[in-house]
Amino acid sequence: MHIVVCMKQVPDSAQIRVHPVTNTIMRQGVPTIINPYDLFALEEAMRLRDQFGGEVTVLTMGPPMAEDSLRKALTFGADRAVLLTDRTFAGSDTLATSFALASALSKIGEVFGPPSLVFTGKQTIDGDTAQVGPGIAKRLALHQLTYVARIVALDPDAATITVERRAEGGIQVLSTRLPALITMLEGVNEIRRGTLESAYRAACAEIVIWNAAAAGIGDLGKCGLRGSPTIVKKVFAPSPRAEKVQQLPTADLPAEAVAESVIREIFKRQPAIEGDLVRFSAGQ
Amino acid sequence: MIEQRFDAIVVGAGPSGNAAAYTMATAGLKVLQLERGEYPGSKNVQGAILYASALEKIIPDFRDDAPLERHVIEQRLWTMDDASHVGVHYRSSDFNEERPNRYTILRAQFDKWFSRRVRDAGAILLCETTVTELLRDPAGRVIGVRTDRDGGTAFADIVVLGEGVNGLVGQRSGLRPELKPDNVALAVKEMHFLPRETIESRFNLKQDEGVVIEAMGTITAGMTGTAFLYTNQESISIGIGCLVSDFAENQQTPYGLLEAFKNHPSIKPLLENAECKEYVAHLIPEGGYNAIPELYGDGWIVVGDAGQFVNAVHREGSNLAMTTGRIAGETIVALKQRHQAMSKANLAEYRRRLDETFVMKDLKKYRKIPAFLHRNKQIFGLYPKLFAGAAQTWLRVDGIDKRTKEKEILKSFRKGRTLPGLIGDAFNFARSWR
Repeated sequence: MHIVVCMKQVPDSAQIRVHPVTNTIMRQGVPTIINPYDLFALEEAMRLRDQFGGEVTVLTMGPPMAEDSLRKALTFGADRAVLLTDRTFAGSDTLATSFALASALSKIGEVFGPPSLVFTGKQTIDGDTAQVGPGIAKRLALHQLTYVARIVALDPDAATITVERRAEGGIQVLSTRLPALITMLEGVNEIRRGTLESAYRAACAEIVIWNAAAAGIGDLGKCGLRGSPTIVKKVFAPSPRAEKVQQLPTADLPAEAVAESVIREIFKRQPAIEGDLVRFSAGQ
Repeated sequence: MIEQRFDAIVVGAGPSGNAAAYTMATAGLKVLQLERGEYPGSKNVQGAILYASALEKIIPDFRDDAPLERHVIEQRLWTMDDASHVGVHYRSSDFNEERPNRYTILRAQFDKWFSRRVRDAGAILLCETTVTELLRDPAGRVIGVRTDRDGGTAFADIVVLGEGVNGLVGQRSGLRPELKPDNVALAVKEMHFLPRETIESRFNLKQDEGVVIEAMGTITAGMTGTAFLYTNQESISIGIGCLVSDFAENQQTPYGLLEAFKNHPSIKPLLENAECKEYVAHLIPEGGYNAIPELYGDGWIVVGDAGQFVNAVHREGSNLAMTTGRIAGETIVALKQRHQAMSKANLAEYRRRLDETFVMKDLKKYRKIPAFLHRNKQIFGLYPKLFAGAAQTWLRVDGIDKRTKEKEILKSFRKGRTLPGLIGDAFNFARSWR
């Protein structure tokens, strides 16, 4: 079974800052990481491979330095890495990205065998759109399983899969036929460390590097800025809410007295709450 | 287990490990390098000054693409009391030479660059891989390493230990004793960001010129230690460090010292409006010549901080690390080419080669200094105060005649340290320095 995991190299959002004057994101010196949600997808794909046999290919689109993320994925235990990189792709929004990745997936199918499953994380931490996975599924006519919390059953011979999908208000159990695309939820597994051999293999591995032409992309008008109808009009940092922290002296007071003083302090600041509570306790 | 057998395994991707790996890889040896950090430089901390000559001997054209911050054109040496400093400054446009002698660098970036060159030379680097122990054959020869990864053994003719000051692998394997608190300093450092132009106007610099300040005095609260301030392109590195044994004895905290140093009236204006972006701490081996452990044995060799190769007096370390790494690499390459075993007897050539370099000569020259500084705390407390007092008495124009002022200054020195004390200090210092 061939499984492809689409990953993205993203700036570590925990360390990103917005320039106070220009309101632009300061990317300089911000370390890059594999989009954390994609790691759940990668681990799930490798578990299926370990169980059913086959290969896991990781695919990313990005600048040449995205190779670092691919090598990391190989260290974790992926079998093959493909980097889709071309200046043509610069400025891609989710529409153009899903076009390029879908084209590369078709090419991967031709060269390395058609995938039965394509994985992505549920979304990236820099764009947060959750649109690229479904976009790929639509373009390649793959059955679409989003926000998957657990893979319940997979039958490669019958080409069927059953998953639990987290939805508002509950969990859906969905079954469908392969090939399918799964966007994986966070927290469902933990990425393995990778053995010393896989780390060594990753360090020595040849990364498959494709530009637009090599990936079989003819229509460059659908790539990069030209193929991106989304326009970023403005980026700004939300202003912090003006909330104060106050510490009340409670030393040696009995619990009731502490509660009393906290409630009194709240009522003093929010008289409306006091009114509501009084009405509530009066049964109105 | 990695099937492939290597000529050498290098533990650590800091300056010494990189120098060794680069030297061996360029000579065609199969080199595996293991680094516990997420990337080379992620665990490494230094001021940092790069001394060009040591790197030039390894990568002559490093200036073409290494991430260098500023070349140093001015060095300020300060002794400080609580309100002032007495300084010796040397600034020369000679330092604006075509191939400058010293640069400020940011280690996270520099180490990444160095590692790139090492990998381009053919060494295989595995990060986030911690070596846990050395593997030995029944005769006790080191034949490889075990790592913390599953299936984590790898084998080689020799293991180069460039594992840094803590040297846990060497310690655990019984190659060297645990660090002694009076042989190691704890230093803390902050990075403060400032616009380029602000740094240049504040320190009177043009383009890539840089200033370094090295300071000692009451800022270390009577403990053996020094402080520094280095100018980078768009940031200032500022730090302070003292012997670990002194911190323990005096119940001082390193960050407390750094706060006080930053708020010193001589330093505060230099940092005005800067934004602190990074706080790091690290150990520095400062035991000098007498603390150098066994440097080689059957199948292993030690380079860099793990071998205590730091010249604390001159604030040199990374150049000693690179030089020891290079010479270890050259020794291994020479043995390999002569088809000689990596035995203790053959590796003695490493020590012989090292003895011929500035590394051993300087460390030997200053071998008595660590003990001297440890015993003579007045160097860090009393003398800076006396110098500052003398300067103030001498420079303040207040109607008192100069002869009286001279007498007053002499009296303050005699009162502070007594005449025999002054003579003794001078004699002891000269003897240690010699």
